[in-house]
Amino acid sequence: MTDVAAAQHAGNGGADQGLLLSVADVTKSFGEGEERQVCLENCSFSIARGELCTVIGPSGCGKSTLINLIAGYESPESGSITLEGSPVTGPGSDRLVVFQETTLFPWMTVYGNVVFGCKVKGRSPRETEEKARQILSKVGLYEFRDRYPSQLSGGMQRRTELARALINDPKLMILDEPFRGLDAMTKELMQEFYLKLFEETGLTTLFVTHELEEAIFMADTLVLLTHRPARVKEVLPIDLPRPRHFSMMASKKYFDLHSHAMELLVEEAKWAFGSEGVSEFDTVAGS
Amino acid sequence: MQQTASVTKPSSSLRGSISIKRVSKVYETSGGGLTAVDNCSLDIEAGQFVAIVGPSGCGKTTLLNAIAGFDTISSGAVLFDGEVIASGKKQIRPGPDRVVVFQNGALFPWKTLMENIIYGPVRQKRMSRQDAEKIALGLLKKVGLEGIQDKYPDEVSSGMQRRVEILRALINQPTVMLLDEPFRALDAVAKSVMHQFLLELYDDSPRTTMFITHDLDEAIFLADKVVVMTTRPARVKTMLEVGLPRPRTRDLADSEQFRKIKESLLGVVHEEALKAFQSGEREMA
Amino acid sequence: MSSTTLKMKGPNVGGTVSTYVRNALSLKTLEGISTLIAFVALWQAVVALRVPYLSNLPYPGDVWRNFTDVAVTTGYWINWVDSIKRIFVSFIIAQVVGIPLGLFMGMSRPFKQMAFPVFELVRPIPPIAWIPLAILFWPTEELSIYALTFIGPFFVIVLNVMQGVTSIDQSFKRAALSLGAKPSDIFWKIMLPGALPSIVTGMTVGIGVAWNVLIAAEMIAGHTGLGRMTWEAYTNGNIPLIIVGMASIGLAGYLCSGLVRAVGQRCMPWQKRV
Repeated sequence: MTDVAAAQHAGNGGADQGLLLSVADVTKSFGEGEERQVCLENCSFSIARGELCTVIGPSGCGKSTLINLIAGYESPESGSITLEGSPVTGPGSDRLVVFQETTLFPWMTVYGNVVFGCKVKGRSPRETEEKARQILSKVGLYEFRDRYPSQLSGGMQRRTELARALINDPKLMILDEPFRGLDAMTKELMQEFYLKLFEETGLTTLFVTHELEEAIFMADTLVLLTHRPARVKEVLPIDLPRPRHFSMMASKKYFDLHSHAMELLVEEAKWAFGSEGVSEFDTVAGS
Repeated sequence: MQQTASVTKPSSSLRGSISIKRVSKVYETSGGGLTAVDNCSLDIEAGQFVAIVGPSGCGKTTLLNAIAGFDTISSGAVLFDGEVIASGKKQIRPGPDRVVVFQNGALFPWKTLMENIIYGPVRQKRMSRQDAEKIALGLLKKVGLEGIQDKYPDEVSSGMQRRVEILRALINQPTVMLLDEPFRALDAVAKSVMHQFLLELYDDSPRTTMFITHDLDEAIFLADKVVVMTTRPARVKTMLEVGLPRPRTRDLADSEQFRKIKESLLGVVHEEALKAFQSGEREMA
Repeated sequence: MSSTTLKMKGPNVGGTVSTYVRNALSLKTLEGISTLIAFVALWQAVVALRVPYLSNLPYPGDVWRNFTDVAVTTGYWINWVDSIKRIFVSFIIAQVVGIPLGLFMGMSRPFKQMAFPVFELVRPIPPIAWIPLAILFWPTEELSIYALTFIGPFFVIVLNVMQGVTSIDQSFKRAALSLGAKPSDIFWKIMLPGALPSIVTGMTVGIGVAWNVLIAAEMIAGHTGLGRMTWEAYTNGNIPLIIVGMASIGLAGYLCSGLVRAVGQRCMPWQKRV
């Protein structure tokens, strides 16, 4: 399956120079001996430059591990992760992660958070200030620059976090369920906000989520993971036109994609529950 | 399923109509009044499943609270089977005929699932323990959850916890079910399981249901009538009879009919979400 | 449900927060004053009714007269100055030594493994139990009092800082690393501010402990100070003056805690909500 997926994707993505991130045959487990739990197993997929790739899978399937590996917080047991052909060895500002729990530093203002990366890398203050002003205006938070994170709404915190990443011009933006915890409507608007940003800048993005609507609405490519240990179950090209508009969520094509992906997810979930001896699906089976 | 087999059927299927007449709710704050609901009118027929969709903080919960008896209204009236239960002067007490299921689960972690389900009616001496247990077992069996009654809440999945919570509400044989975003924070698959579960219970014995949600898909899939509220102050913006056949199954969500309904509501909901978002940003400034 | 109602109320309050706070404050002070009056009235009644076991208690009026008498003597105020001087010198030294030690123990696992067992062995000894050793050990009684007042808050602060550092969310460090932070950035910009709330908690608790120990030390080893003054009142059998001493100690402790809290809030502007 993984080989097929990889081949499929290579076919879609075109030549290798278009490739930004490649995850090849990555396996990662935790614990030793009897306790050993395989989290990712021979997981392979790739992201082309300028592509928005969403990864979806059952909860607890190893999505976070995948992110930690790509971000360089952990290293794979076998297989390789390469960015522009060179292997990932540690954290770096070429791959920035926006986590589901806010990691804005609570003791710094919005401005302090946004310029943190430039400051610690010793960028010139004037240049940094100018860039921060631009980016804060872009995310609509310039007038909130002196607030502390706790004094912002959830949506604003999310945008501050995006700004903090964007100012570093990352090659790959990694979003780990970034809009989780926001109410459904704010979430939708944040999705549109990021889509607009993506469509303007073409910033290559890896978007991890457990929500199918979001995964389809945002993506160029949808990677479906299996239940733990996570493998690539299927890679679905999402050929909805860009720029995306919310009305597409009621389009025929969207419905077809949604229905197909939902089937795969239910299949995975059924298998997972079955393997654990809990018949969560007994009630659905009859209907 | 046959209606006669039902153990939770309300005593008369004609009961449970709710009429919200020109209701307003003003919260007193030190900075003056804040209007959460403004002159809002809405009728729910007995046995009807109504989904209320609107931006957060728009006053949906205020309406639900007025019906449940948790909060007062400032003016207008709420009628329950033709009788005024809430007005500017009156507030009904919460009762087991109008039960609420909240968005954050509230099962007692130190009681087994069975003890959780029968707690209310036994405590209030409306049922003997034996009777309550028999009914609870019947409910669990009906939804395919028999065998889990002696487990503690933490031993089952969050989806099962939510379902047990709904059963705990149902054992009271309420005339009205009030659900306030009960499936928020569940993932796509778990949500779908919950929808089937709720629909089965509803089809088995239809009772008046008010379902508050942010999720348009969920609203259309479950309800007879979808009500879209405006952002604060809340008023009814649009109302739509869904008209999808019952009983409903998951493939219905992929149907052309469903898609058309979604298409017609998507823009309206989005417009209000945007308004709410913008006014939220203004208020923060 | 609660979150929505909160959200609904929140923004509108914004413009009038100050009046709201003023109202709340005045109500709070009013309540405080009436409680105080009730307390004095109860005290008066207890003495007047000769409640068993409490019959030796002086009338509030006697205590007040005693207070006005001593308040005009310089001796009374010298006691205040001496106690507060001891508190601040010892407390500040405890912070200066304790905070870096706590930070170090929190960040370096080997150091913690080395130092913590000894620390845990010594820490359960109540500071007051150090008094005999301290008196014999230090050349002057004044120095022993300083040493004892140091020990009390020292352990509290070290433990709090250590716990504060270890409980900083891993994700802050990761985020900073991704953004290109060097180890020194991690220390100064993440660990230190991240541990600050715990440092302030440690200081608030520590100042209370410092007063406990100081008063005990003064009673046994001191020649001046509020503790000594109260002890001397006891040896003279002057009950009203004992109460004046106790009230003075209470007030001094209250003022010191208030000061530490205010400094703490000043250092952590991000914890203030709009």
